Amino acid sequence: MQNLDSHQHTRGESVYLDDIPVRQGTLYAAVYDSPIAHGILNSLDLTAAENYPGVFRILTYKDIPGENQIGGIVPDEPALAEHHVHFRGQPVALVLAETDAIARHARTLIKADITPLPIITDPREAAAQGELIVPARTFRCGDVAQAWPRCAHVFEGVAESGGQEHLYLETQGAYGYPTEHGSIRLYSSTQGPTAVQRHAARVLGVGMHQIEVDVTRLGGGFGGKEDQATPWAVLVALAVQVLRRPVKLVLHRMDDLRMTGKRHPYSSDFKIGLDKELKIIAYEVDFYQNAGASADLSPAVLERTLFHCTNTYFIPNVRATATSCRTNLPPNTAFRGFGGPQGMYVIEAAIAHAAEALGVPKRLIQERNLLQDGDTFPFGQVAEQAQARACWHDAIQRFDLHKLETDAAEFNKNNSLKKRGVSLMPICFGISFTKTLMNQGRALVHIYMDGSVGVSTGAVEMGQGVNTKMAQVAARVLGIPLARIKLESTNTTRVANTSPSAASATADLNGNAVRMACEALRERLIALAARESQCAPEVIELLDQRVVISGAASAMSWENLVGLAYVNRIALTESAHYATPRINFDAKTETGHPFAYHVFGTAITVATVDCLRGTYELDAVHISHDFGTSMNTDVDLGQIEGGLVQGIGWMTLEDVVYNAEGRLLANALSTYKIPDIYSVPKEINVHFLPTPPAALAVFGSKAVGEPPLMYGIGAWFALREAMRAFKPSMALPFVTPMTPERVLTGLYAADPARVEEEVEAEQTISVEAED
Amino acid sequence: MIRFLLNDQPVCAHQPGTLPALDFVRDHQHLRGTKTGCREGDCGACTVLLGELDAAENVVRYKSMTSCLLPLANVAGKHLVTIEGLNLSPQPHHLNRAQQAIVDCGGTQCGFCTVGFAVSLAGHCLTSSGAPTYAQTVASIDGNICRCTGYKSLERAAAQLTAELAGLPAAEPLPWLTENGFIPAYFTGVAKKLASIQQSSPSHPPTLSPSHPLTFLAGGTDLLVQRPEAMLTTATANLFDQTTLRGIQRTGDEIRIGAATTAQEMMDSEVLGAAMSGLRRFMKLISSTPIRQMGTLGGNLCNASPIGDLTSWFLALDAELTISDGLGNERTLPLRQFYTGYKQLAKVRTEFLMSISFAAPKGVFNFEKVSKRTHLDIASVNSSAVLASDANGIVSEAAISAGGVGPIPLFLTRTSAFLIGRKLSDETMLAANEIAQQEISPIADARGTEAYKRLLLRQLLRAHAVEAASGSRKRQATHNTSETLAACSLKLAAP
Repeated sequence: MQNLDSHQHTRGESVYLDDIPVRQGTLYAAVYDSPIAHGILNSLDLTAAENYPGVFRILTYKDIPGENQIGGIVPDEPALAEHHVHFRGQPVALVLAETDAIARHARTLIKADITPLPIITDPREAAAQGELIVPARTFRCGDVAQAWPRCAHVFEGVAESGGQEHLYLETQGAYGYPTEHGSIRLYSSTQGPTAVQRHAARVLGVGMHQIEVDVTRLGGGFGGKEDQATPWAVLVALAVQVLRRPVKLVLHRMDDLRMTGKRHPYSSDFKIGLDKELKIIAYEVDFYQNAGASADLSPAVLERTLFHCTNTYFIPNVRATATSCRTNLPPNTAFRGFGGPQGMYVIEAAIAHAAEALGVPKRLIQERNLLQDGDTFPFGQVAEQAQARACWHDAIQRFDLHKLETDAAEFNKNNSLKKRGVSLMPICFGISFTKTLMNQGRALVHIYMDGSVGVSTGAVEMGQGVNTKMAQVAARVLGIPLARIKLESTNTTRVANTSPSAASATADLNGNAVRMACEALRERLIALAARESQCAPEVIELLDQRVVISGAASAMSWENLVGLAYVNRIALTESAHYATPRINFDAKTETGHPFAYHVFGTAITVATVDCLRGTYELDAVHISHDFGTSMNTDVDLGQIEGGLVQGIGWMTLEDVVYNAEGRLLANALSTYKIPDIYSVPKEINVHFLPTPPAALAVFGSKAVGEPPLMYGIGAWFALREAMRAFKPSMALPFVTPMTPERVLTGLYAADPARVEEEVEAEQTISVEAED
Repeated sequence: MIRFLLNDQPVCAHQPGTLPALDFVRDHQHLRGTKTGCREGDCGACTVLLGELDAAENVVRYKSMTSCLLPLANVAGKHLVTIEGLNLSPQPHHLNRAQQAIVDCGGTQCGFCTVGFAVSLAGHCLTSSGAPTYAQTVASIDGNICRCTGYKSLERAAAQLTAELAGLPAAEPLPWLTENGFIPAYFTGVAKKLASIQQSSPSHPPTLSPSHPLTFLAGGTDLLVQRPEAMLTTATANLFDQTTLRGIQRTGDEIRIGAATTAQEMMDSEVLGAAMSGLRRFMKLISSTPIRQMGTLGGNLCNASPIGDLTSWFLALDAELTISDGLGNERTLPLRQFYTGYKQLAKVRTEFLMSISFAAPKGVFNFEKVSKRTHLDIASVNSSAVLASDANGIVSEAAISAGGVGPIPLFLTRTSAFLIGRKLSDETMLAANEIAQQEISPIADARGTEAYKRLLLRQLLRAHAVEAASGSRKRQATHNTSETLAACSLKLAAP
């Protein structure tokens, strides 16, 4: 079943923030941001900008009536800089003018007097200087110190994963206007309406009841609007409050790229030990997370890195330490996978390192160590319904791994300039917010007296199809068609205290709340129908808009029943609250059962490298994925294919480059490239592996938002395999993304240990082109 | 005042001609279906169609363009089509066939890019001459980015639409398209409306004066990216619609291309295709369909980017420029003498490029480009070569250019000279590379380190040899001889 919005999407009739008709008297805002990555802000000269015709007002931190603080986890982020600036792009002042163009021009007239301070962009340097966001955290199981002597093989290495720009096609923005009694209505392109409401209230020094936040949909979020939609909405709220005028702020693309954080780059040290049978006995890892200038969501991202540091493998002895390092870059933030991908890349690198050193296929080590039911994760949760082996074996059989590998070997024998590689990437991703308290969802359901239904939830629609799934839940429980159901905007006055739409858990949390609300309504309606029909409620069902009694359609339609309920003064509105049962985590012992369930899968990736030019193509990705019982295979397929391609982008061409001054060099779409239609794998096959429905997934349909992103890691390793086919002696460092530069440099860099031989044996190629 | 047809309505715009059409339709016409994504032509969320009347044939020829870079001046007298003008009716669920294909195949997630895809695909229906291939349908959306990222479902939609277009007649397709729900019925009356608009507002060539120099504006794909705000108050001389500056002709061995000819017109040119085998393949490496339909040859050369793709081609092809002072005087200059420093040209501000001419290459022309993303990206390094060799594989003609390795686009004079008289081989190219490395001076930037650019150029020189041999082989194959091939073969040493 297609996304409910798809018709209006194609007709250009879906309303995004920038499409909301503005009110008369609206002022347009532009953010003046720090031009220096670290320094003391001595003074601001606003004179020329204030005098520019059409400029209405320029706001600074001095205009903030409440607390100048928007830090969610750690209070370390001012809405507008006061005396220090900590990254290029940090908001310093807000220009308000009659038009967007005037506001943007006027901000170029602002002059800041800043005394520069030393700039740190490297997380290890920050750690060495004690610049930590929060104290380092360590997960432990078994005893690695005792385990090392028992290992037949021990390997150590370094792995570095790069950042990733969200590049939601709709940039950040907010629109607000004053309402009665000193209140404000805010439209925000946010994944977290409550976070916007809470921080706006804090900065304005008013109660949350004074701030109404409304979200219709996002033009992409991917985590980039979980916490980082907040600054812009708060600045708009500030301007509305100070001026009592409507105010609009939509970031231009280059402003957005410069001012907002990205996926965290990580630099990590690993040590892996295996026994003679290639069972991984011990694993030690130190993660250095580049958090940027303030905490944002970094501590939570860091935590998920630890939760996924062993990916889908059982390792009895683990010590994993993660350090969140403060640097002078924009605060890095949530991005699909939320630290999980960074953790998984390192264990995959460690396994690849071991396999190459031992001269065995990487997949052999992967396969020997796949998780099973009853195995314990390093944080104490015991694996249940583990589909790691089922997905792995299904993938290699269904997609004939043997043939893929022999075909690649044959190709490599026949081609000297092009080489092909095959990789396997199994995944295991935990579903739930790792902060247990956030695992709550709410829904408000109205049945109107004509039998149509309005549903409000805390879920934000951003392309993941959550609204469609919510409507499906209501339709299924109430026995009515989707055409009778409307999903309302996400609004803090209808559904309050929401968790952000994140952690892949949105459909589970809000869907279960919708289910509960609809079940309560259904129960009430069935009781009424039972009274009317003089039968027991147990024999009554609501199906296809009709009251069904003991399996037979009765004369009473859905409309009749609803009308009757209204006449009988029976409540046709229900609000429900869902809190995920069972989950818990004790941060003191770093153990617990934080996840409602895990999602598994395996991807096989085939890649071909042009070893003359360093360019490459992805031939195919074959996936066997654990969906439980998918409630919407169209939406879920889109999530798998989309997540995979986004992950491939992260691993291959998406290259976030800052210079030593903390200036973003990949600062536009002309320099930061994301996958286009020609760079996706030529073939993507997704098999919906029938797996037992997870009890805590809505209708047994497992969460699907983030897990597929990590299949993209397979692309990096497939490329590595292809490169090794060209140059078996290659000592390619574990660094992402695998840009054409890294490929070419890897293929032709002299091995430091054998520099002279390499120069002697400068390879020549046949100028015979191959087909 | 700029008059044109916006969807089914004639409009008079009083805004500056340098205002992007995107802002005109969104802010001034309140048509909010067209989305603002990047403002540099890279995402396609703002894609529109621009239809130009071919008065001789009495048909309107449509092209997809990114409205963020489309100066309003270039819309004058034309048909500007936004998504609102492609919806079959105001009814919320009434979809044209392109829209339906996207819906059927689950080709929309967040929906922000969807409009651009829908416009590109509808435009593809309008511009296909006869039933298109699947590859052509996919090419029509190669300028649209989907971050969610639903390319596989969009590929499935492209396949569905291709199948549905199987019956598209090559001649007079409009009635078929409207009757079958591909485009709204009003399109059949557009040619007539455009004729009446054009009659009432004839276009004039720019009036130039040395005392009040104007900024020359062609497709807008560079200027509106580089200084969009300043352009709003800049007086321009608009070259895009100067018919005398467009077109590709061959006279004997000489090929002449008007400076306002777009990259897409070059890609589709039979004249060029006959002279340069691989033209379409090389062109596919240059920007995207909508940008190729806006960007001009003259713009690419005069933008003076050290990494300009067409610049690279014509340095190797030794093109000669014809430059006008706007007062009726013309002069010629070899392109190889045009660049005097970073973004510095051997022309005064009041001069503009009229055309270029070059001799059809006798050797094999090859274009190499490596960028982070293969398509719609700016090269880390690019290089073009014309290489000819005799039956013994001895190089008789060599001309090699290199971009991205210095402040200006380079012709590698000494490297090219070195190759003459030597056997075309990998060893020769590695030796030539030693000279090339002295001719270049790359710097590190977002597109690569200096060391990488040096390594990459070496590899591209080697690739030229491989491709030249392959080209010769193909030529020889038609003459039933493989001598050249044998002469070019070399042993591959293990890495």
